[in-house]
Amino acid sequence: MDPLVLKRLNVERHARRAAVLVTDLGDGRDQLVREGDKITGELGAAIEQVFKSGKSGTIEADGRSYFLNAHLPPPRLMIIGAVHICQSLVPMAKQVGFDLTIVDPRGAFATEERFPDTQLYADWPEDVLADHPLDAYSALVAITHDPKIDDLPLKAALDAGCFYIGALGSRKTHAKRVERLAAMGVSQNAIEEIRAPIGLNIGASNPAEIAVAIMAEIIDAFRSRGLSKSGGVHQGGKAA
Amino acid sequence: MSSVSKAEEISGDPLLIAENWIEAGKDVAIATVVETWGSAPRPTGSHLVIDGEGNFEGSVSGGCVEGAVVSEAMDVLSEGKPRLLEFGVADETAWRVGLSCGGKIKVYVERLG
Repeated sequence: MDPLVLKRLNVERHARRAAVLVTDLGDGRDQLVREGDKITGELGAAIEQVFKSGKSGTIEADGRSYFLNAHLPPPRLMIIGAVHICQSLVPMAKQVGFDLTIVDPRGAFATEERFPDTQLYADWPEDVLADHPLDAYSALVAITHDPKIDDLPLKAALDAGCFYIGALGSRKTHAKRVERLAAMGVSQNAIEEIRAPIGLNIGASNPAEIAVAIMAEIIDAFRSRGLSKSGGVHQGGKAA
Repeated sequence: MSSVSKAEEISGDPLLIAENWIEAGKDVAIATVVETWGSAPRPTGSHLVIDGEGNFEGSVSGGCVEGAVVSEAMDVLSEGKPRLLEFGVADETAWRVGLSCGGKIKVYVERLG
């Protein structure tokens, strides 16, 4: 591999831009293709497919054998609410490989002591979102239980097409949330994208267990994104 | 100036580690899973990076064939020519190095630079 190609690939990955590394398995030459670059022929069509599916693979094109390595941005998780559940969720999300951002305007919650070595903002979500916009590779978890803090980032996540959006609260709490979001102009279809009550139904009964239920639901959403939403694990009840 | 921060290196990203190694003047080989069949433990696209002293980071299997890949990488570093390795239960070498999960993988090993 050309070290310059590796360097450019790492720059793309760092900037959260999708890229495909194309290696000719015959002569070992490699080429970095960014999303939107025009490549013609069978190879171009195969590369386009890899950008869509995110699945790396070996292909035959134009009489040659190529390995196409998909480098899609790593999933990012923004947690609104530096609460007890968040303290359990953070180490898990780090292990799984998510880029993490925690936001809570309440300074008593958002402290270094509670969240060491984590990107933490004791600011209102709207201020943080201005500098850290959400995207399709982002998940948003709103767990402050306070509409003043949770509602706006939930709407922002729906607008950005986040692959996972979850909100803490009982069915009753969520029903009120649905009314408020509708009043903010969010469509019923969009509101249904919100996972509430949050987390897979594993009978979670304390903050750490609820964090496991949320993390599992996020992984499921990430691994099945773009696939049919019918069936699957969301048919059952929810955890919290 | 490298795009690689210390924190990212600590996170164990093989491609960032490879970039750091080459900038530090080391010989570096990159091994990549290019095909899998059956219950392969690491998905296609996974990397193992190896330096000239046999230090390695990342993985191409559940620890079953890394030793064999590292020793092949030493040859690739000295010869400069890439190699396509195949491991599977039907293969005697693979059995010896222990890919006992029933999977089969192809690993491409190349020199960086």
